Amino acid sequence: MATSMTPTTPVADGSRRASVGTPGRHPTDPTGRRWLNRVLVVVLLSLLLLPLLPLALSSIGQGYFYPQVLPEVVGDRAWRIVLAADGATWPALRDSALLAGAVTLLAVVIGLPAGRALGQYRFRGRALVEFLLLAPVLVPPIAVAIGLHGALLRLGLTGSMTGVVLVHLVPVLPYVVLILAGTFANLDPAYEAQARSLGAGPVAVVRTVTLPAIAPGLATATFFGFLVSWGQYALTLVIGGGQVVTLPILLFASAAGGDTAVTSALALFTAAPALLLLAINAWAVTGRAVPIGGVR
Amino acid sequence: MTSITLRGLTKHYGDLVALDGLDLHVPDGRITALLGPSGCGKTTTLELIGGLLHPSAGSVSFGDRDMAGVRAERRAAVMVFQEHLLFPYLTVGDNVGFGLRMRGVGKRARHRQIEAMLERVGLPGAADRRPQELSGGQQQRVALARALVIQPEVLLLDEPLSNLDRHLRDGMRELILEVQRDLQVTTVVVTHDQEEASVLADHLALLFDGRLAQVGSPRDLHDRPASASVARFLGSPNLLPGIRRGEQVTTAVGELTVPRGVGDDGPVLVTIRPEAVVVAPVGGPNIVHGQVRAVRDLGARARLLVDVEAATITLDARPDALLALEPGSEVALRLPAESLWAMPAEDTEPVGPDDLVGSGPAPSELSGETADPGVLTPAEHDRH
Repeated sequence: MATSMTPTTPVADGSRRASVGTPGRHPTDPTGRRWLNRVLVVVLLSLLLLPLLPLALSSIGQGYFYPQVLPEVVGDRAWRIVLAADGATWPALRDSALLAGAVTLLAVVIGLPAGRALGQYRFRGRALVEFLLLAPVLVPPIAVAIGLHGALLRLGLTGSMTGVVLVHLVPVLPYVVLILAGTFANLDPAYEAQARSLGAGPVAVVRTVTLPAIAPGLATATFFGFLVSWGQYALTLVIGGGQVVTLPILLFASAAGGDTAVTSALALFTAAPALLLLAINAWAVTGRAVPIGGVR
Repeated sequence: MTSITLRGLTKHYGDLVALDGLDLHVPDGRITALLGPSGCGKTTTLELIGGLLHPSAGSVSFGDRDMAGVRAERRAAVMVFQEHLLFPYLTVGDNVGFGLRMRGVGKRARHRQIEAMLERVGLPGAADRRPQELSGGQQQRVALARALVIQPEVLLLDEPLSNLDRHLRDGMRELILEVQRDLQVTTVVVTHDQEEASVLADHLALLFDGRLAQVGSPRDLHDRPASASVARFLGSPNLLPGIRRGEQVTTAVGELTVPRGVGDDGPVLVTIRPEAVVVAPVGGPNIVHGQVRAVRDLGARARLLVDVEAATITLDARPDALLALEPGSEVALRLPAESLWAMPAEDTEPVGPDDLVGSGPAPSELSGETADPGVLTPAEHDRH
């Protein structure tokens, strides 16, 4: 089979010539890969950013309706409403940031030991723990919210920031724990033993070995945790009971209100911090992850 | 300097006993090898000495200091792991300087010592490179430099040569021997390879199943094994079961005079190294007669398998003397009395009963076929 195919398969032929004939043009040639990477980056960025373009147009358009490709009259009415100093947007931004920050911090504090245990140790019931961790992601958030509402009501935690922080942990923890578990799976604990043997105390081991090794994974887990909390609507609405007003709550209320321009501006305002974080994370993580032990 | 004393050292993992009451003295300033099949507890012992594990029972002393409450980072015992474990996000120089930095050595003093140590291990000027840019052999040298630069009292090496290609091993071995001789650091080497142990160490401790089987020089272990399992682990193909009465042992190959050995009268195993067996044209004591079964050319030497009664005797000699022999031809072998060694046939080792007792197929036949030393160790044998 293989022998009959070889002469008629130009791809196989070409790749062989490339790898054997000219040593500089190896299939894994760095210049070729750099080009491919650039194309991929452009495609991905387009996928991410293009949907935001109609939002931007709609937010500055006045009397901007369906058949028009571009708005005929442009104005800053919607943005002035959204960015008004005494408007609801700024307190919602603050609460969203506080909420996502607190949730992420808690999730990382819980996720570090949990991720280490899942990533580095084999123990009975590990698969069950992983399933239970993933379960909240599989169940629709509104079902989780309704289910937890009764429990939190009895604890007197509904309508409070504390209650919303706790309930956000349900969708956030799985991401954080699983990302950190993957990160710790790439850290061979022998490196920490080696550092101790060379004279590093417990704090120095964390500072010199553990943290540098898990930093990219930790950054990604933090980023994901923050974003998952940032985008929550149903959980915040049901548990917060209108007392905790985050950007998504404002956004949904505005969408129900029917002012397309304001809703578009608010949507962009809500997405902006996420895009900023994505950029920071991409800059911080890409090309810096050095596997330390584990399977490469 | 520092000698190490292990007393009743024991380590359990749940129900699993990794190390069972090890008593061992590691002499000061020399290289001691812990030898044994995988899973025998030798690496556990190394980690217990280094403080990376806590013993379930027993004690580790450096000199007369009990190390019980002393954490790994406070013991002047540095472990070099089999996998080198260079920190990938640090340069070679920062890797070597890691221990010095932990000890608060200033930057300039550190750089001086790093350079000197890199030069000592044959990698001058490598300080600014990344570990990933180095070959496996070079990485191992950096790992050794990183351990030695802090002038440890005790150097612990876990299988230092086994991750290296064959052609790199000689260089690494010479380096370890030279550096150790210069620095006189008490060194413990863990290995499963008896040749590696013999060339690196003048003092061997052989472990089976978490217990000490024998301690001594490489010659001691080879010529005077304490038990059948020791002889088997060291790859001795000639193990003849017999009954001892005084110096006389009745074996499958005949009556032998065996003046040396351990244990009492009764069932014994008689062993002789293949190099000690002689093709003997004339009569005399301890001569046996058999047919050549096979002649194997092993390059620098040749190996002769001779069927004698129900047993097979293996003999090694220079090829020119042996390669002329035809399979099936009659040959007389002399088993010199001074090279024979008798030891109790009963052993705590987990070998099948068929291997040891009865007049059936002699164990020498079995091991004669798998003649390469160290190919089948008792623990590995179990796993197959």
